[in-house]
Amino acid sequence: MSTPNRPSGPNRPDRPRKQIHLAAHFPGVNNTTVWSDPAAGSHIEFSSFAHFARTAERAKFDFIFLAEGLRLREQGGRIYDLDVVGRPDTFTVLAALAAVTERIGLAGTINSTFNEPYEVARQFASLDHLSDGRAAWNVVTSWDAFTGENFRRGGFLAREDRYSRAREFLAAAHTLFDSWTGDEILADRESGAFLRDAGAGAFAHRGRHFDIAGHFDVPRSPQGRPVIFQAGDSEEGREFAASDADAVFSRHGTLTAGREFYADVKGRLARYGRTPDQLLILPAATFVLGDTDAEAVELAHEVRLAQVSGQTAIKFLEHVWNRDLSGYDPDGPLPDIDPEPGENTVALGRASVRMHRDPLTVAKEWRELAAARNLSIRELVIETTGRQTFVGSAATVADAIDSLVQQDAADGFILVPHLTPTGLDVFADTVVPLLQERGAFRTEYTGSTLRDHLGLRTPPPAAAPAAVATPAPATV
Amino acid sequence: MSTPPGAPVPDGPPAGTFHLAVALEGAGAHPAAWREPGSPARELVTPGYWAGLVAEAERGLLDFVTFEDALGPPPSSPTGPDGRTDRVRGRLDAVLTAARVAPLTRHIGLLPTVVATHTEPFHVSKAIATLDYVSGGRAGLLVTVSGRPDEARHFGRRTFPRGPADSPDGLGSALRAELLDEAADHVEVVRRLWDSWEDDAEIRDVASGRFVDRGKLHHIGFEGRHFSVKGPSITPRPPQGQPLVGASARVGAPPRLLAEAVDLVFLAPRDTEEVRTLTDGIRAARSAAGQPEGTGRVFADLVVFLDESATAATARLRRLDALAQEPYAPGTHVFAGTPARLAALLTEWHRRGPDGFRLRPGVLSHDLPAITRGLVPELRRRGALRTARPGGTFRDLLGLARPASRYAARYATTRPGRTTAP
Ligand SMILES: Cc1cc2nc3c(=O)[nH]c(=O)nc-3n(C[C@@H](O)[C@H](O)[C@H](O)COP(=O)(O)O)c2cc1C
Repeated sequence: MSTPNRPSGPNRPDRPRKQIHLAAHFPGVNNTTVWSDPAAGSHIEFSSFAHFARTAERAKFDFIFLAEGLRLREQGGRIYDLDVVGRPDTFTVLAALAAVTERIGLAGTINSTFNEPYEVARQFASLDHLSDGRAAWNVVTSWDAFTGENFRRGGFLAREDRYSRAREFLAAAHTLFDSWTGDEILADRESGAFLRDAGAGAFAHRGRHFDIAGHFDVPRSPQGRPVIFQAGDSEEGREFAASDADAVFSRHGTLTAGREFYADVKGRLARYGRTPDQLLILPAATFVLGDTDAEAVELAHEVRLAQVSGQTAIKFLEHVWNRDLSGYDPDGPLPDIDPEPGENTVALGRASVRMHRDPLTVAKEWRELAAARNLSIRELVIETTGRQTFVGSAATVADAIDSLVQQDAADGFILVPHLTPTGLDVFADTVVPLLQERGAFRTEYTGSTLRDHLGLRTPPPAAAPAAVATPAPATV
Repeated sequence: MSTPPGAPVPDGPPAGTFHLAVALEGAGAHPAAWREPGSPARELVTPGYWAGLVAEAERGLLDFVTFEDALGPPPSSPTGPDGRTDRVRGRLDAVLTAARVAPLTRHIGLLPTVVATHTEPFHVSKAIATLDYVSGGRAGLLVTVSGRPDEARHFGRRTFPRGPADSPDGLGSALRAELLDEAADHVEVVRRLWDSWEDDAEIRDVASGRFVDRGKLHHIGFEGRHFSVKGPSITPRPPQGQPLVGASARVGAPPRLLAEAVDLVFLAPRDTEEVRTLTDGIRAARSAAGQPEGTGRVFADLVVFLDESATAATARLRRLDALAQEPYAPGTHVFAGTPARLAALLTEWHRRGPDGFRLRPGVLSHDLPAITRGLVPELRRRGALRTARPGGTFRDLLGLARPASRYAARYATTRPGRTTAP
C-alpha cells in the first residue's frame, strides 16, 4: 500500500503520447478526508470550494467533482459521527463556482432515483448556460429505501430496477436537452418574432418509468448536453457506461485491475456503435507527496493512521459483518463469528455497503489475509480500504500517473486529496509541471467547454436516441 | 444630494423601515419588454445578463431581488401553452441563477422562486441552505404553487383539471386550497430540515474521534397528507438559521401558507384603497394564527415604467401594449410616470401599512436603472430610504432576528444541561 506505484513495462513507442486527463474530487463524506489535521478547513463554507476549484483551474485540470449522499449515514441505528458529516447541495455550489472560475469543468453527482427528469434536465441545462458550457453529470443509481425516506415517494424502487430507471431517466433528459436545436431564438424586434416557431422545446417521452410531455423551457445550452459520467461497478453499471456515458469514474486504478476494467468497458462500446475515444476511464486516486519517496511513505503511513482510527476500523468491519462488533479490540484479531447474512441493517446509507460483494466471501478473504500477514483488525482495514494511492516525490508520482495512462490502465485520474481545501495545492505546484514538461498534460486550456477539455464532440441534436421508449436489455 | 441623509419629510415613515426590492424576470414584466431598444433580448439566458442586473440592484442599495420561475414556459393565458412566438421563451432555473450571482455580490438578498407543487422539499431545503452559504447569509426563497395541467405533464405524476376560465390564476378553488395546503407542508419540511442540525453540531473533537455531536442532529419525522420526510438534512444549518421564505398573496382569504408558513408576504394592491385593506387583512390573519408581532414583513408589488416625464412613460407603456397587441393587466397596480411621482406614491402607500415594496420593472434594461438612479435618490431625499448599508445578513437587513433551531430550543427547555440526545 505504502510503496510507490511504479508500473513496470515500457511505454508503447508506436503511438503518440496519450494526453492525461486530471480531475479533482472535493474531499468530503468519507474516511479519506482527514478532518483532525490542524490544516483541515471547512467542508461547507464556500471559500473552501472556491479555493479548491481555483487551484484545480490553475493546474489546468479538466474538472472538479462533487459526490452526493442524500441521507446522513447511520450505523447501528445512530448517525455516523466519526467521519466528516454534511455537504452542500450539488447544483447550488456548482453554479456559485461558475462565478469564481472560468474554464474548469463542474461535475456533480445527481441521483436518478430520487429526482425527476424535467427538473434535473432543467438544472443541468441551466448550469451549462451559467458556466458557459462546463457542466457534467455523474448519474448514480442508489435506490435504497433508507434514503427514500427523505423523499415524497419513499423507497419505491427495487434494486434490480435501478439501472432501468437510470437509463430511461437519462434518455428522457436527452430528449429534453435535444428539444431545442439552438437556432430558435430570433428576437427580431421589427417583426416581433422572438421564436422562429412555437415548437421550440416540444417533447414527449413515454416509457416504463416516465410518461411526460410538453415544452422544455431552457434553450439549448453551450455543450448541448452536459458531459455524462457513470460510477457504478456492477455488470449493469458497466453496460450503462458503455451505452450512455462520456466518462467512467471507477475504482480500478492499479495497473492490473485498471487494464482489466479499461479493456472490459471499452470493449463494450462497439455494441453501441461507439469508438474507444468516446468514453474516458478515470479512476479515483488519492496521493501523498513528499520531498523524497521515503518522506512520502512515512507521511502516507501517518495519513492512513489518521484515516483509520481503532473506532473507524471496528465500524468498517461492521459494514461487512452486518452486526455489532463494538466489543472487539481493534488491535486484536478478526472476529471468529461470521457476518450476518441478508440485507445490511447495521450500516445504512453507504455506497460502499451497497457495492460490497457477498459478505461471507469478503470475510473469508480478509481472514486469510489477516492470518497470512498477522494483521490486527485495524491493520487489516488500513490494508484493504485504501484506494489507489500515489505515494512518493513529485517525480515518482508524475512517473506513475503517466505510466498508468500510457499503458491503458486509465485515461487519467480523479484525485481525492485528504485535506480540505488545500490538499490539491502541492500537487498543482509540483506534479503538474513535471507532467507538462513531459508533454503529457496541457499547459493551457485549448477550448472553453468541458467537452473541449475532454476531447469529446458536442453532440448535434440529431444524435438524440431515437427510440427512448424501449428499455435497453439489462445485459447484452 | 441636498437634504442631509436621514432627514425625514414631515409625516414620513421612520428611516430604515422602508424596504425596497425588485423582481427580475426575463426582459421585464411587460410581455413586449424584449422589443424595447436597448433590451438585450438575445442574452436572457447568459450569466452576464443576470450578473449585470443584480449588480445594478445592489449599487442602488436595494434590499433584495426576486427571481421569477416556473416549471414550464410562461403562457399568456393562465391555463396552458398558447402557441405564440412573440413572447420571451427560455428561462434558467432560479435557484441556480441566484447562486451564480451570489459570489459576485456582497449585500443584496437573493430570493429565487421555487414551485412547491412538483419539487422535493428535501432538495429545496439543502439548495436554499447552500445559497445561504455561498452568499454569506443572504438567501431566501419565494414559494409558489402550480395547478397548470401542462406543467403537471412535465412530471407525469399527477393530473390537474383545467380551472374555470374566469379564474385569475387558472385554478379551481378546491385545487387551489389543496395546493396551498401542500405548499405550507412543503415549507414546514424545508424549515424543519434547516433546524435539523443545531448550530454547533460540528464539534471536530479529536480526543473522542467524533466529527459531529449526533445529539445535535435531529430526525424531523414529518408526516403529512401529501408526503413524509425523515431527515436530518445533509447540509448543516445555514448562516441565517432560517433563510427567509416569501409568498405572494393571490385571491381570497389568506391561506395557512401566508398566515403561518412564510416570513415575507407580497401583496398585489390595484390601487391606494387596497393597500390598507390588504395589509390589514394579512396582518390580522397572521396575528390570528399566533404569529408574534414583528416576525414577518409585508410588501406591496407594483409594476413600474419610469421616464423623465409622465407623458413619456405613459407613451412607452402604450407603445409596448400595442406591440403586445393587448393592454397590459398584471393584476397589480401599474405605475407609469416620473421617479419623483413614484417616490411620492410609495411614501404615501408606506404610511398605509406595508413595510416595503417590490417593484417589477416593466422593461428591466430601462426601468431598473431608473429605479436605482432615479427613484432611490428621490426616496433618500425624502428620508424614506436609508443611505448606507447596515451590513450583515438578509435577516439583519430586514430587521428580523435569527431564530434558534426549534430542536435546540426544545432541548434547552425540556432537558436543561443535556448535551447529547439518544
Ligand atoms: C468511484 C465511485 C464513486 C461513487 N460516488 C457516488 C456518490 O457520490 N453518490 C452516490 O450516491 N453513489 C456513488 N457511487 C455508487 C453509485 O454510483 C452506484 O450507482 C450504486 O452503487 C449502484 O450501482 P452499482 O450496483 O452498479 O455499483 C459511486 C461509485 C463509485 C465506483
